[in-house]
Amino acid sequence: MSGGVDSAVAAARAVDAGHEVVGVHLALSRMPGTLRTGSRGCCTIEDSMDAQRAADLIGIPYYVWDFSERFKLDVVDDFIAEYAAGRTPNPCLRCNERIKFAALLEKALDLGFDAVATGHYANIVTDDDGNRELHRAADWAKDQSYVLGVLTAEQLAHSLFPLGSTPSKAEVRAEAAARGFSVASKPDSHDICFIPDGDTRGWLAERVGAEQGDILDRDGAKLGTHEGAAAFTVGQRKGLNIGFPADDGKPRFVLEVRPKTNEVIVGPREALDLSEIAGSRFSWAGRPPQDLGSPLECMVQIRAHADPVPATLSHRDCELVVNPEQPLSGVSPGQSAVIYLGTRVLGQFTIDRTVSAAPIHVG
Amino acid sequence: MAVYLDHAATTPMLPVARDAMIDALDVVGNSSSIHSAGQNARRMLEEAREAIAGSLGCDPIEVVFTSGGTESVNLAIKGMFWARSAAGAGRRILVPRGEHHATIDTVEWLERTEGAIVEWLPTDELGRVSLEATESALSAHHDVALVTTLMASNEVGTIQPVEGVVRLATRAGVPVHADAIGAYRHLPIDFSSSGLTALSVSAHKIGGPLGIGALVVSRTAAIEPLIHGGGQQRKVRSGTQDVPAAVAFSAAARHPTMPLTGLRDRLIAGVQSAVPSAVLRGDPIDRLDNNAHFTFPGCEGDSLLYLLDAAGVCVSTGSACQAGIPEASHVLLAMGLTEAEARGALRMTLGVASTDADVDTLLSALPAAYDRAVRAGLSTRVSAL
Repeated sequence: MSGGVDSAVAAARAVDAGHEVVGVHLALSRMPGTLRTGSRGCCTIEDSMDAQRAADLIGIPYYVWDFSERFKLDVVDDFIAEYAAGRTPNPCLRCNERIKFAALLEKALDLGFDAVATGHYANIVTDDDGNRELHRAADWAKDQSYVLGVLTAEQLAHSLFPLGSTPSKAEVRAEAAARGFSVASKPDSHDICFIPDGDTRGWLAERVGAEQGDILDRDGAKLGTHEGAAAFTVGQRKGLNIGFPADDGKPRFVLEVRPKTNEVIVGPREALDLSEIAGSRFSWAGRPPQDLGSPLECMVQIRAHADPVPATLSHRDCELVVNPEQPLSGVSPGQSAVIYLGTRVLGQFTIDRTVSAAPIHVG
Repeated sequence: MAVYLDHAATTPMLPVARDAMIDALDVVGNSSSIHSAGQNARRMLEEAREAIAGSLGCDPIEVVFTSGGTESVNLAIKGMFWARSAAGAGRRILVPRGEHHATIDTVEWLERTEGAIVEWLPTDELGRVSLEATESALSAHHDVALVTTLMASNEVGTIQPVEGVVRLATRAGVPVHADAIGAYRHLPIDFSSSGLTALSVSAHKIGGPLGIGALVVSRTAAIEPLIHGGGQQRKVRSGTQDVPAAVAFSAAARHPTMPLTGLRDRLIAGVQSAVPSAVLRGDPIDRLDNNAHFTFPGCEGDSLLYLLDAAGVCVSTGSACQAGIPEASHVLLAMGLTEAEARGALRMTLGVASTDADVDTLLSALPAAYDRAVRAGLSTRVSAL
């Protein structure tokens, strides 16, 4: 229970469903702030008090479990290391993979619990053979199946998402108000929970180190300087501060980040287009597909709020390979590609190899 | 009804204290008012003060009511530091490691903002402050404003050599404050013969109400107030005094005590036989009669706490928490335990109403809870990976 409206309603619904429920708040920082600020709806002492008050109203016991050290190592340090390597990680997905449905779930099972219920918007469906499948939430606008794509069959077997079938977030808020929860109208949290003021670039600069470096075009010609390559993401257009337009007058985009040489490579939008993304770190959300001998038609989603696009999935040379029907753009290594069959999440991989769709550029 | 074995955190109000408080709530009158209603309230307040003074071996005028133990400790340390440093006696404070956070955070604040120099005194493996280190600090420095020490560790129960500390400090002309919040009514206290300059107590730890405590301030003490106003209580602590709370406090202070040593020893022996690997922490003999403190290897104290809570037994990990976030106890770390050992801490403390049946319930739930907690292990810890 983060102290937000979703986990509070999820806990109440789990009780209504007849489960014996204990509220657990994850302490993810050794030095939590005292009061909630801005758009962050978690991780302060005020948030933990909000969670406790919801637990009081539901009538369940409530404890704080300290995962701050694991969180720092598995999520925060990973986030920094990934950016330092020129990649773009998704910390929420890592947190689900390594904390909420790993460290927390393991501890809970060891202590005698059967499952972890969270306020995520996603559905778990059991097929005719009793296999658990992960599906998108009824409300696609709130759907969080992307950040849960890392869950395996074992984890799904011990997970509950009581909000998954709710038609809309407004309904969850109305239910929270009807239940008397003080958090009914608490703002949604966005931004990254461990970056206090939402200034990801400034936060990273302090940790990764920011040295001035060159912004180059694809031919290696210097177009400008930047204040630290690690703060850039492939596909980024803003913040390049190049003083003169491109020859064709079109905007430039970040094509590549090279942390070793502290260089940022920019070019036209078309150069972002990819015909293939692949990765060797993958998992199946439930039962793996029976046969990947021939490419499987699927949908692929590459960011939490991106639209899924039609593609084919293959499994070769120890990696999953996705070929989108139309070229994909704005993909950065380190992002996760989540594979869907309709509403079902089939699995995911971390993108570590891409193939450009553009004709080979002649410099 | 859950079995309650966390009396060091707070213990239920004694029926006599509760009755006295309820009766006193109907009394009209500000104890500082001149009219007869005020005089009546004043009489009740001063009778309460006299009874509390009697339980502490001090003069009534030396009892300064506060809002509780934390305020008492703050008043003693800040008030004595300000008065002594203003008089040119120095800015150094001697503090044993393993004090309560009321003390630690106060001296650290003085260090940060008021120019205090904090000298941390080491404790031994039983949590006892080193007299040798106290002596050498007092002879090395001639700018010591005060020494502050627990009378007994609130966490591991070890009784501190307060007499020895006072003897050394007095020889150096340095005043001593004792935090007797956990020791009050468990150890004999005679303030007048103790040589102490100030001593903190709290009502809710002895069966009185929450929200009131006292600082015993010797007649000769140099102390500045924290709270200014109407000049009540020797101008050391202004504010209208809480007569019903003082009356209830005095009822608890007057109530006869009985040693809990027998039940405590049964609890300690029972834990050791239920979980042979558990290690008793603190002094095995010179310890508070209501305190049993163990570390359980290979598990987290907060897992044990949860499992015992689910089995209907309330205990404590003993360490400070912020919003319930467990920290490895600084007291145990100061005693030389590793962080992993310290994480397995559990404190069980008895009260006057504790029974053999309470202890039996704990002992019957403990083995299964320990097995399960070990299975969960130090799962939240990096070191367990």
